Amino acid sequence: MASAAEIAEKAERDDIRNRWLLTTPAIAIIFLAGIGPLLVVVLYSFLTPGPYGDVKWEFSTGAWVGVFLQRDIFEGTLGIADAHLSIFLRSVWLSFATTILTLIFGFPTAYFIATRSEKTQALWLFLITIPFWTNLLIRTFAVQEVIRNEGLLNSFLVWSGIVSAPVQILYTDWAIALGMIYVYLPLMVLPLYASMEKLDFRLVEAGYDLYATRFKVLTRIVIPLVKPGVIAGSILVFIPSLGAYVTPRVLGGGKQMMLGNLIELQFGAGRNWPLGAALALTLTVIVTVALLFYVRYVAAPERRNG
Amino acid sequence: MARTFAIKRQPGFATIAMICIALLYIPIFTLVVYAFNEGNSVAIWKGFSLRWFHAAWNNDKVVDASIRSVRIASVAALIATVAATMAALATTRTKPYRGLTFKYAFINQPLMIPEIVTAVALLIVFARVKVATGYSGLGYLIAAHTAFCIPFAYLPIRARLESMDLTLETAAADLYAKPWKVFTRVTLPLLWPGIIAGLMLAFVISLDDVVITEFVKSGGQDTLPTYMLGQLRRVVTPEMNAISTVFLAISILIVTVFFFISRRRT
Amino acid sequence: MTIQKGKEATMKRSTTIAAISAALLATTGLARADGELNIFNWGNYTAPEMIKKFEETYKVKVTVTDYDSNDTAIGKIRQGGHGYDIVVPSASYVPIWISEGLLLESNPNQMENFKNVDPKWVDVPFDPGRKYTVPWQWGTTGVSVDTSVYSGDINTAAIFLDPPAELAGKINVVPEMADIMHLAIKYMGGEPCTGDLEVLKKVRDKLVEAKTKWISMNYGNIEAMAKGDYAATVNWNGASMRMRLEKASIHYGYPKDGYPIWMDNAAILKDAKNVDNAKLFLNFIMDPENAAMISGFAKYANGIAGSEKFMPAEMTTAPEIVPPAELADKGQFMLTCAPEVQEIYTKIWTEIQK
Repeated sequence: MASAAEIAEKAERDDIRNRWLLTTPAIAIIFLAGIGPLLVVVLYSFLTPGPYGDVKWEFSTGAWVGVFLQRDIFEGTLGIADAHLSIFLRSVWLSFATTILTLIFGFPTAYFIATRSEKTQALWLFLITIPFWTNLLIRTFAVQEVIRNEGLLNSFLVWSGIVSAPVQILYTDWAIALGMIYVYLPLMVLPLYASMEKLDFRLVEAGYDLYATRFKVLTRIVIPLVKPGVIAGSILVFIPSLGAYVTPRVLGGGKQMMLGNLIELQFGAGRNWPLGAALALTLTVIVTVALLFYVRYVAAPERRNG
Repeated sequence: MARTFAIKRQPGFATIAMICIALLYIPIFTLVVYAFNEGNSVAIWKGFSLRWFHAAWNNDKVVDASIRSVRIASVAALIATVAATMAALATTRTKPYRGLTFKYAFINQPLMIPEIVTAVALLIVFARVKVATGYSGLGYLIAAHTAFCIPFAYLPIRARLESMDLTLETAAADLYAKPWKVFTRVTLPLLWPGIIAGLMLAFVISLDDVVITEFVKSGGQDTLPTYMLGQLRRVVTPEMNAISTVFLAISILIVTVFFFISRRRT
Repeated sequence: MTIQKGKEATMKRSTTIAAISAALLATTGLARADGELNIFNWGNYTAPEMIKKFEETYKVKVTVTDYDSNDTAIGKIRQGGHGYDIVVPSASYVPIWISEGLLLESNPNQMENFKNVDPKWVDVPFDPGRKYTVPWQWGTTGVSVDTSVYSGDINTAAIFLDPPAELAGKINVVPEMADIMHLAIKYMGGEPCTGDLEVLKKVRDKLVEAKTKWISMNYGNIEAMAKGDYAATVNWNGASMRMRLEKASIHYGYPKDGYPIWMDNAAILKDAKNVDNAKLFLNFIMDPENAAMISGFAKYANGIAGSEKFMPAEMTTAPEIVPPAELADKGQFMLTCAPEVQEIYTKIWTEIQK
């Protein structure tokens, strides 16, 4: 007869095997239509750019050098590719700001929805997603229409006497911020809602019984409990906004490039596919490392309940 | 018991929620208004007319592209949500095991790569497959959409699972419920809000995709966003507003029906 | 999903839109006829009536698929497995298409309707004698200026490179590297596609300096001009005409230092499956009446002599379509720049937007 320890060990092995089986479809699909083809990109980043786009099948590390170093066109001196660096930093900053802003707006919204009666919750959720049935571009144009100098917002501000002349909002960083919240809000609200909906209000009640203030209850009880939702929402907003370019262009005026534009330029008119591939991989590596770090050291304590 | 103190309330939260809803709908409102514009512009009002609805309805390309968009989004979102649910079940509520972090990174990988890069990679690989098999149907687009929809479905479901403890499932298992029964009677009902959130995200993400679609599509496979892309450089007419308005109307209709059905049941 | 394209379209129709009229079904039934033709063209650029006429005349089912840039188009075709017959590349890309062996030497110059091609567009630098391509539409890149804001000379690239005080801070520049570099190089006294570093340094410095006076780098939309967000924008001539129709004070300027001419051209792909139908199509669009349909839809000139009389009068006389005599010869085809020059341009372009 097997000992208790052996049985437990077998159960654990079975459990892990089942867990692998369950992940197989997702991994297979992502491998076939996501990561697999990316191996091509890795390969391309080590080739020579073709004269008019595409690649020449000659090994080269030029693209990788080009990500970090750049030969000045006019002086001929080799220096740090500061254009790439500043574009990169700007994109990270914008994504960071977007994440914080959507969190500030999305958290109360998700909380509001999660505390409605069970019957109306679905309705509120749909209310959040319905605007996204329309195309991103047309939505962005609609936002532009609202915030332009002769637009609805400015007309209201002038009419109500808050300001005497229209305020330039369009083509400023404010417009980008507004547009990014607009575009990414549901990506924050939905995961937050998913983890808030089951919030155990007995804990909240216990908090009040111990004379906690509303703010204390929020920061000490609610937020720690819904942390998985905050993490999921932040990832879903932060990473896609790194590649955003429609909103910065249409609302922000697009005078400065974003990472998405820079990479696209290499695959388009810049005709330097290997550099585009190397830039993209650099981004991917940085984001992946950051995510793994995040999962290991920030999100890990959440995995206790197993 | 009567409670005079609303424990769920947080000051200002309802106001912020209302601001968010308003923020979401004010542009949508202008978009719908201009769908009825007599003029050629999406921002210069020339009078009321239904001409753009007519134009859109009679434009085969637009009708085809709309139907194709919805079709791809429905199929891709469904497959992605099922795969993501399974994956979420397998990667939460467990002691760390070998490969767990790897899985997590793998499943989220489509998020980390700029769209244009995935698009170029898929173009290169799928073109070879198209030549080799002679098949050039919608399957490629559906596969590509499913892949990038998975993380969007996965993260809310996972977040939901992580906030659920195993007590109820363990209790059910202790009462000799079969694992499948435990899953359908206990886990699934609890998980449902997460799945709905994931499905809706996946659907709208697929509906909006343009770059990957542009590179993967074969002849005659334009979707609404790729059709729209062509207008960006030339001229944007209220035709797009008209289509969007129809989409909105349909979605509101579905929601209303859904709402009344679920009300009747309870 | 292995059913034929035409059939698929019919099935989709009848199953998804149940309420469709019998008349519509009849037309799709017709379209299932003899052959097929797959066109790969710029989005929103192919006149639907012209396609319908071609389908009815030759009993061919036509499928039009959109692309959004020359680079996307050539990138997709290069990889193979695309299934297209006709493509419509811009002049500056045609030499690349030809040198990479992507186009079929279909000799449109031997076709019946070739006699209609305006002689000015026959011996073009990108396809001398027209062995591969047929003119689709052509236009220019210049500047649109709201003359109620600025009444000075608008026929100059100084509008966006050395902006007058009235316009500063109200200028938009399209994010098109090739067009902007062409305009800026000509303005600084160089030749397009030059590799002369002295000129290019001046160009870069000028662009960096001028950029502080721009409000945005965006596709200049009609609304932004008509509503006064912009007072001037770098623009394509056809788009400028649409602006004038919304606001009469918006005029189009042809930079006298030199402005780019672009031309999109229809050509048959080397691995086309429906070569005969594709040839019929090239011949078809060289017919003045059909060419006029193309122009009437997308609002650019087409390069087919005699098509004017089928076009709306406002187009044949529009100052945006017909350049003034003294500026007509200042235009120059956009060319294919050498790879090493292109690399420098990309660096400059990145630098001004960093």
